[in-house]
Amino acid sequence: MKFSENWLRELVDVQADRDQLAHALTMAGLEVEELTPLGEGLGGVVVAEIIGAEKHPEADRLQVCRVDAGEGKPLQIVCGAPNARVGIKVPLATVGASLPGGIQIKAARLRGVESFGMLCSAKELGVDNDASGLMELPSDAPVGMMLVDYLGLPDASIELKLTPNRPDCLGLYGLAHDVAALFGSRVKTGEQAAARVTGDARRAIRLEAGKDAPRYLGRIVEGIDPAARTPLWLAERLRRAGLRPISAVVDITNYVMLELGQPMHAFDNDRLEGDVVVRHARAGETLKLLDGSEATLDAGFVLIADDKKALAVAGVMGGFDSRVTDATRNIFLESAHFAPAAIMGRARKLGLHTDASHRFERGVDPELPRRALERATELLLAIAGGKAGPVLDAENLADLPRPATVTLRRARLRRVLGVEVADAEVARIFTALGMQVEPQADGWRIIAPSSRFDIEREEDLVEEVARIFGYDNIPTATPAGALALAAEPEARIGELALREQLAARGYHEAVNLSFVSAELLSRWGFAGQGVPLANPLSADLAVMRPSLLPGLVEALRHNRARQQERVRLFEVARVFAEGNPPAETPTLAIAACGSARAEQWGEPSRALDFFDLKGDLDVLLAWGGEAHRWAVHADGLPAWLHPGRGARVSRDGETMGWLGALHPQLAKALDLGPDVHVLEMALEPLLTRRLPKAQPVARFPSVRRDIAIEVPEDVAWSRIGEVVRGSLGGALKELRLFDRYSGKGIEAGRKSLAMGLILQDASRTLTDEDADRCVRQTLAALEQTCKAKLRG
Amino acid sequence: MDDLESRAVQAEADINKADTLEALDALRVGLLGKSGIVTAALKTLGSLPPEEKKVRGAEVNRVKERIADALAARKLVLEQAELDRRLASETIDVSLPGRDGERGGIHPITRALERIAAIFARLGYQRADGPEIEDDWHNFEALNFPPHHPARAMHDTFYFADGRLLRTHTSPVQVRSMKGRQPPIRIIAPGKVYRSDSDQTHSPMFHQIEGLLVDETSSFADLKGTLAEFIRAFFERDFEMRFRPSYFPFTEPSAEVDIRWETADGQSRWLEVLGCGMVHPNVLANCGIDPERYTGFAFGLGVERFAMLRYGVTDLRAFFENDLRFLKQFA
Repeated sequence: MKFSENWLRELVDVQADRDQLAHALTMAGLEVEELTPLGEGLGGVVVAEIIGAEKHPEADRLQVCRVDAGEGKPLQIVCGAPNARVGIKVPLATVGASLPGGIQIKAARLRGVESFGMLCSAKELGVDNDASGLMELPSDAPVGMMLVDYLGLPDASIELKLTPNRPDCLGLYGLAHDVAALFGSRVKTGEQAAARVTGDARRAIRLEAGKDAPRYLGRIVEGIDPAARTPLWLAERLRRAGLRPISAVVDITNYVMLELGQPMHAFDNDRLEGDVVVRHARAGETLKLLDGSEATLDAGFVLIADDKKALAVAGVMGGFDSRVTDATRNIFLESAHFAPAAIMGRARKLGLHTDASHRFERGVDPELPRRALERATELLLAIAGGKAGPVLDAENLADLPRPATVTLRRARLRRVLGVEVADAEVARIFTALGMQVEPQADGWRIIAPSSRFDIEREEDLVEEVARIFGYDNIPTATPAGALALAAEPEARIGELALREQLAARGYHEAVNLSFVSAELLSRWGFAGQGVPLANPLSADLAVMRPSLLPGLVEALRHNRARQQERVRLFEVARVFAEGNPPAETPTLAIAACGSARAEQWGEPSRALDFFDLKGDLDVLLAWGGEAHRWAVHADGLPAWLHPGRGARVSRDGETMGWLGALHPQLAKALDLGPDVHVLEMALEPLLTRRLPKAQPVARFPSVRRDIAIEVPEDVAWSRIGEVVRGSLGGALKELRLFDRYSGKGIEAGRKSLAMGLILQDASRTLTDEDADRCVRQTLAALEQTCKAKLRG
Repeated sequence: MDDLESRAVQAEADINKADTLEALDALRVGLLGKSGIVTAALKTLGSLPPEEKKVRGAEVNRVKERIADALAARKLVLEQAELDRRLASETIDVSLPGRDGERGGIHPITRALERIAAIFARLGYQRADGPEIEDDWHNFEALNFPPHHPARAMHDTFYFADGRLLRTHTSPVQVRSMKGRQPPIRIIAPGKVYRSDSDQTHSPMFHQIEGLLVDETSSFADLKGTLAEFIRAFFERDFEMRFRPSYFPFTEPSAEVDIRWETADGQSRWLEVLGCGMVHPNVLANCGIDPERYTGFAFGLGVERFAMLRYGVTDLRAFFENDLRFLKQFA
């Protein structure tokens, strides 16, 4: 809601200056979003008339004008504006004036011709953005008059960011009531006098939309002057409210809407046939609207129609064919009440948002239509003449919203706000807001004005008191309620701790948008997975991701493309899958590339490989203290992993995630090298941790025996571990692989593994014979099951 | 000055000239060994008369001690020199970079979010959570937004084919936390939220933290006090602060909270940082809590806004680009 400050001040007496007024509005919940001072520093600007204009002898684009500024003697002024011509009235900045933009007006010589002032555009004066030419004033503007006086300046354009609960402030009339309450003042608008009825044109109005349209007033005004021009004062008020003047009739309906908050519509009465009917649209019914678009309606829309055809979408927009044109002489004015529920969402459905729909869907005072109709008639007769017919009205009183009666308890007010507000102050606030107040033993009974759709229950009244009393006047306190100590399970690793752990291992946390493109997903082999949005912002942001990796690897690419060779990123977020309800799984993902370690002077550089990432995973699993429940598998890999350098990770046999090198084809498609490694794991299993149960420390020393064996290449280390453990049982405390070799000296297709067996017994010190026996047992088992041979 | 004395003097000179431990050891053998001067001198004692023998014997012993002292002293010097040499040869350039000293970091949004959650945790607020893909009831209806209500238009909503939506705020977690539970309730619900809006100052995904307190005594004054304390704790300084009436369907009275923020050019302006209010009785009732017996307050804040203010980030989009040159500043 944007309006002229002077206009508001005309409706309510306020002594406060502009800043105080703006502050008070903001602090009452009517937030001033923008405040634009208009016409400041126009002291030396007067209304002038161009009485002569000749081409400048030295410059094609300049004219030498003779200008009457009411000083008796014409002034010579050089002007470059394209619309400068004899007969028009324009603002003249006289010598000595200084304009808002900082321009100082001096007598000057322009290309050899003397000039005594400057003819101005609206922009140069800071009253509008129009810089296309001189600001042309109406022909009746009095020459010599100070421009500020003529235009009603200085003024300010104030824009409020109104919340949806305050449609009553979408008209200055309603806003004035709030201002009056804030400043302890009174609204100056009196009763609206009925316009003099001199005509007798009528049309029957039929209400057929039930409670959706319980009141519809109309009036025919015949014989208006189609050439009538909107007076300057009215056009200025519209402009300061952000509306462009269009034509006298349209400007008047807009003016009444801004003044009272009642949207109105004017039809060309000659285009109407028979009765005016307010009814629901039929499914599929179409209507060409004022903006030229074709609306296809359904039974949810309320329509204004006549006996033959649809005329307008009620509360949204008028129809094209029945619009007022510059040839229209006979007008049918509409001033109606439509129920918010009947308008809500309707304009949006048509892809529209209009001043009318904005107001009606929030709620317009049902008592306004008559006042608005009389006000519009008054203005129309004064500006465009014509003969007003009688007010034509149709209403279903039973369906009109009734002012709410609500009780506010004194104790409740004190309890919710935490402060005592004096009874007299409460009563003053309600009265000033136009409410009827009935004091009661324990509080107040309030009847809200018909304009206040937001007053329905006690809390609404609490809010009104708080708002006008002032939030600043409510003290601050500390909640005193009971406090339950939160249980913090120790068997759970905090998400933040996990993140910090990854950070300590060199990873930076990334945050990607949750939606990705379907195309990227199918490139990864996730086609059809994730959850697609019905109304995405763009194809790039269309699907709720089924995996964090596509986005995370894009982030890695982003950095690669910016001279970052070594990238270590992780992300913790949810991945999504269709379902009822859809599944959301908190997930950890890692993407890394570049050298295994940061470049260092004393270490040979080595490309990152699978085991670097696996080491990171091992650390996380070790943290949980239940590494034995976890296993990696070479099978069951997703398409995005290198089939020979990827692993599936399981806990208790259930797959929890994957890690490995990106599949070379995918890496190539993404323009990445073979060094990109990724991991994706369900988060929850990584956050569970064993509560330690202390065991006594062994009292006897351990014995270490190293053995080196040769086995076929395809025997996995995990298999060897199983066999060794199986053969030694509890005597084996630890098994360490300290070398792996294949190549020269080893038969093709075989590999050498050297491992240390750490042996220990809880009840005695192991002898050499014990240890030797263990080694023999292990070797025998390995030979039998893994085709192992002891290396010499 | 007899011959022994002059030899002793010579021996001392030789000892002090010895420049290696090996040379010193050779000298020791030469001086104190079987064919050394001391042994030779001792051998001559037998032929002397007893009186003289006694005097001479004492002299020889003094010389022997002198030489032994000189040897020991020189040995110390040479050992020290040797140690010095070894230490010098082992000296490293300690200014060289260390190994594996690179650290990563957590994202500034996480950092701000965790800081906020930790402050409220100290006030007894427990963390709560809810789905990001929500249903209309939890995101809107239970929070007092009727269908088609204009307040919904303030939430540009992403929808799914089945009518579900991406939560537009963390407020549905209020509903999920209150349902099936009775006060006292103190929860804090951080998480991702979504609005169909994307430009320089809007990201279609961003982070909010919802706070909720419900008990038998909470009031608007408590809400003011709680948020004032929080702002002070988060920024570690005092701010001029104001509560401005506003409107959210699920709270009443509602407020927006502004703080007086100094900009780089020395100006100051009001900056909106929070929305809040007393939980609307309809919402309590929707969650099975008696609004006559209990009152509560709720607040919601944008984590990105707090991170921007706290860390001086000026471009919202930097948070989601994941550029390491940006992220490394928060390591």
